[in-house]
Amino acid sequence: MSVNQVSVFLENKAGTLNKLTEVLATNNVNIRALSLAETSEFGIVRMLVNDVFEATNILKENNFVATLTPVLVYAIEDKAGYLNNLLKSFSAADVNIEYMYAFAGRERAYMIFRVNDTKQAEALLNRNGLKSLTQEEISAV
Amino acid sequence: MGNYYQEEIECAPLEKIKALQDDLLPKQVRYVWGNVPYYRKKMEEHGVTPDDIQSAADLHKLPFLSKADLKAAYPYGLLAVPLKDCVRIQSTSGTTGKRVIAFYTQSDLDIWEDCCARAICAAGGTNEDVCQVSYGYGLFTGGPGLDGGSHKVGCLTVPTSSGNTERQIMFILDLQATILCCTPSYAAYIGETLKEMGYKPEDIPLKAGIFGAEAWSEEMRRDIEKTLGIKAYDIYGLTEISGPGVAFECSEQKGMHIQEDHFIAEIIDPNTGEVLPEGSQGELVFTSLDKKAFPLIRYRTRDICTLTREKCSCGRTHVRMTKPKGRSDDMLIIRGVNVFPSQIETVLMNNGYAANYQIIVGRVNNTDTFEVKVEMTPDMFTDNVGEVQARRKVLEDGLRAMLGIKAKVTLVAPKSIARSEGKAVRVIDTRKI
Repeated sequence: MSVNQVSVFLENKAGTLNKLTEVLATNNVNIRALSLAETSEFGIVRMLVNDVFEATNILKENNFVATLTPVLVYAIEDKAGYLNNLLKSFSAADVNIEYMYAFAGRERAYMIFRVNDTKQAEALLNRNGLKSLTQEEISAV
Repeated sequence: MGNYYQEEIECAPLEKIKALQDDLLPKQVRYVWGNVPYYRKKMEEHGVTPDDIQSAADLHKLPFLSKADLKAAYPYGLLAVPLKDCVRIQSTSGTTGKRVIAFYTQSDLDIWEDCCARAICAAGGTNEDVCQVSYGYGLFTGGPGLDGGSHKVGCLTVPTSSGNTERQIMFILDLQATILCCTPSYAAYIGETLKEMGYKPEDIPLKAGIFGAEAWSEEMRRDIEKTLGIKAYDIYGLTEISGPGVAFECSEQKGMHIQEDHFIAEIIDPNTGEVLPEGSQGELVFTSLDKKAFPLIRYRTRDICTLTREKCSCGRTHVRMTKPKGRSDDMLIIRGVNVFPSQIETVLMNNGYAANYQIIVGRVNNTDTFEVKVEMTPDMFTDNVGEVQARRKVLEDGLRAMLGIKAKVTLVAPKSIARSEGKAVRVIDTRKI
């Protein structure tokens, strides 16, 4: 199952990211993972949050442009070599990664992947015994 | 029920309009000669006296008035009556230099309000309508003009003035307003807000809008019509000549009828001042025929448009002007090229963006810098940096194709561009020339 990543447009200037976190904080939305892609003028914040529905609503109310993007999340052992093994499966299945980011939990590490055909990639990787996490599983981490 | 306010004059045969102008112009010139020393001096310097003006055909013999004259004569130099005969002033925003103060006698106000009433009727308004006037009230002519016109038609007038969008929407919905009068940028904003609130065009009681006081494109008209579920009518005017209603659209939406029983329009070559034949594009010049307090003769509007006498199916016979390409006050010269904000709007709308933009012009090392800030919309956003950059590039290419010069497009956060709810702040020019 792919999960919904919240992607948000921000201008690349002082204070804009803080404005975003302020809105999320005020509304008690917890960010589980976050990465930022930037150009000289704008940035795109990509994040996994505990309540996607609430997050998208409050962002809209506060005049942010946000969109939901399906991403695949895999849990691996937080030990040397495990990311390498995971990516070997991607290579073997010929899945191209557009971007990825990660967060480490107490016991395991979580890898978040954006690929161009989420459904197909998920099916191919599933054949190699890789099971992607659901929204509920991530919230429970 | 022919959608006219004063059918007899609005649909008068051309000969009758011409005869009226032939009668009024010589009288008006004599009146101004006798009461406005500033213009008399201009006429003397020009070697022309009231005796030279026997009919409207002699109009071209008279000297022009321009914004520079208004500045030189500020505040009372063009006033033709004692102040005790004036009942009101209106004033321009002063964004392009010195404020203009225009004076009105009671009869001037009547003429102005008649013109606005004609515009409301042309948009289908009757005494059954609820007309919400969301133009600014006060010094700006928009609010008072349409308010007076709405009274004359007998509409239930809702004087909300501009601003406080939530209250505007509350009145539209609660009082079932059927006509909305405001600037096109504010109409678009109200439409956007209603859409965000989940209202579909069929849920909105409005049926017509009368929008003017700033340049707007056909694309913007279609967009507003779709969002609000209305027919949008253009209205034209300027404080110097009276205010909105000098010209307005009928149901044909093919140019605005100029109210020729009160104003004579000419198109001139802006460089030579020579009068151009019908159908030529040039600068619009107005002469008021029956104003008392502030009777301008051959006032150069700096608006670029064309006039046509082609028969209009609405029945009105008065000459029609095309939507001005933009007031030359709005026109920017960037790297030697004429740029009208309306052209930028067209590129944005064609690419699916709302017309929320701001032009920033500066100068570095004697070269103009040209940036267009565009507000990001949900439709245009993706999580992919490359894709967003590509969409930005499409806009830059579109602007280059439209204008012939390169502009830098910057995508900015939604609602980050200042929307002054009277007139949109579209241009920031920091060049010191």
